Amino acid sequence: MKIFIIITVLMYLLSSAAYLAYLFLQKDRLYKIGYGLFSAGFFSHSIALALALITSGHLPAGNLPGNLLIAGWTLSAAFIFFHFKFKLKVMGIFAAPLAGLIMVLVYGLNWEPMPAETIFNNFWFVLHIITIFSGEAMFALACAAGILYLTQEHAIKTKQRGFFFNRLPSLELLDTTGYACIAGGFTLLTIGLITGLVYAKMVWGRFLSWDPKEIWSGISWLVYAVLLHERLTVGWRGRKAAIWSIIGFAVLLFTFLGVNFFLEGHHGEFTRW
Amino acid sequence: MLTIVLVGLNHKTAPVELRECLAFSKEEKSIALEALPQHPSISEVVLISTCNRVEILMTGNDPEEAIKAVESFFCRVKKLSLFQFENSLYFYVGDEAVRHFFRVASSLDSMMVGESQILGQIKEAYRTATGKNATSVILNRLLHRTFSVAKRVRTETGIGDHAVSISYAAIELGRKIFGSLEKKDVLLVGAGEMAELAVEHLIRNRVGCIFVSNRTFERAVELAGRFNGKALRFDEIPNYLEKIDIVISSTGAPGFIIHHQQIKKIMRPRRNRPVFFIDIAVPRDIDPEINRINNAYVYDIDDLKEIVDENIEDRNMEALKGERIVDEAVIGFRNWYESLAVVPTIVALKNKLETIARSEISKTVSLRHFSNADCLALEKMTNAMVNKILHDPIYFLKNPGNHIDNAVYLDMTRRLFDLNE
Repeated sequence: MKIFIIITVLMYLLSSAAYLAYLFLQKDRLYKIGYGLFSAGFFSHSIALALALITSGHLPAGNLPGNLLIAGWTLSAAFIFFHFKFKLKVMGIFAAPLAGLIMVLVYGLNWEPMPAETIFNNFWFVLHIITIFSGEAMFALACAAGILYLTQEHAIKTKQRGFFFNRLPSLELLDTTGYACIAGGFTLLTIGLITGLVYAKMVWGRFLSWDPKEIWSGISWLVYAVLLHERLTVGWRGRKAAIWSIIGFAVLLFTFLGVNFFLEGHHGEFTRW
Repeated sequence: MLTIVLVGLNHKTAPVELRECLAFSKEEKSIALEALPQHPSISEVVLISTCNRVEILMTGNDPEEAIKAVESFFCRVKKLSLFQFENSLYFYVGDEAVRHFFRVASSLDSMMVGESQILGQIKEAYRTATGKNATSVILNRLLHRTFSVAKRVRTETGIGDHAVSISYAAIELGRKIFGSLEKKDVLLVGAGEMAELAVEHLIRNRVGCIFVSNRTFERAVELAGRFNGKALRFDEIPNYLEKIDIVISSTGAPGFIIHHQQIKKIMRPRRNRPVFFIDIAVPRDIDPEINRINNAYVYDIDDLKEIVDENIEDRNMEALKGERIVDEAVIGFRNWYESLAVVPTIVALKNKLETIARSEISKTVSLRHFSNADCLALEKMTNAMVNKILHDPIYFLKNPGNHIDNAVYLDMTRRLFDLNE
């Protein structure tokens, strides 16, 4: 399994390099190479994940490297999906290095199969993990789209154009992509939270235990809910939506990692290594 | 051996009046393509005539005679005397003619470097020339090389990348904002060449409704008719701003026509859909403060001019890369052209046959036990065969008297015997 993680890291990093070269040189062949390498990395990543699944007998969500392995995989899957759908080539600039970084951490933290705890082998738990992680991957892409939007908007508004103007796609495409990511991510996050609640009820006998992770998840959900609501009612789009999706992702990142490092709670094993 | 000759004039050497005078109509082109090859010193002709240039590309065995023939043809057909245009003509021979032609086709010699029309015009001219049987091996090869050089220059350099006219720059900006311009509603306020050109570009991008407004309503109706749009009264504009995505303004009004407050008010009912103002008027029509509103973008004529200047600079930088590609191609073409000379072809042909003979002899000798005398006899016989076989073809190639265009046969020989490594 280790070998597959190394291959994955290598592929993602090479793909990042190809995308970076594409940003500077603007040769279509480069992004195709980048995308090909990324897909190869994703393939090897899938094998690594499958092996982890087989050796431990359950989703490897019991510790930090395991979680990162899943998070990276969903991020890659989401990127491939959106690349297919929107043809937004520059997104690779964010997705490939991020996936690469996550996999470097997985490698460094050295994943070991956890003793199979019965509490992990539960339909609601698996669904909870999958939806939450996929949702987070979508939000990560939304954040990337937001950053690109702000860069491009700045170039157009200030009339300075410069390096990014020619290299980034239209504002409309960036905005639509961001919106699609948020809408998808929000749906998944909602399902993730509900399944989490159901799972909590089954294991601990109550839906909510007011644990910091639960509270912060609620806050993240609210942030995105506000964004979607405003978009649908008064048409929040462009700059405002982009900033909001970056803020949302910061809150989400804190929920994902920060809560475990700074606060206590029953998702404690989440970041154990 | 045929030499490549080019006679021409362009926007740098001749004023527009003269270019108009010397431009060839369709009929004149066919006359030229039939008449010029009749001349004893001209064997192939391709004629290109556009509003910016006339180029006559030929092959012939006497460049000076060929040039004179073209000059007198001009005088005869265009009814001019030589001194009227003599100084505007340029002549290139050999490599220089090839280089010039490559540069023209790659749009490195155009008035607007990087424009893409010229290649199409050359292709058309070539088609006409082949239709009249006015081309043969050398020009066929040269033209095909030209097309691939022009394509290389276009794809490998950014020479045609960016807009170099105000109206086109505005459209490119629009694309950066809206992605696709399809179905976007456009309002044209005022009139003017640049503004109308921009609207035409937009129509080509399949925009939605086009509204036209003008101080004098009659003018608005007239323009609306031209663009297949809808005429608005001047005081109706504010009511329509809510649904319009692109505003092109070009009036002679002394103050702003569209104000910051107006746009701020409509952004909410527009649900923040982006709106793009192109202000080509001097003094300006659109309040520049509008640019500070989210999802509203204002570009005035100076901003657009700046983009155009930058893009022209970029193109000139890219043109340098194009020159390098042309230089390479000229060398490549020269190699092929020189191979058409008689002596190298004969040497290559002889070498080829002798190599085959030698290797076959050594194969046979290694299998059997021949005495030295037998070997010598065998070698002698093979050499005699090679020489006898080569005698007629070499005689034919060396004496082009009975066939005018030796290049055809040299090229054929090279291809038949696969002599081009």
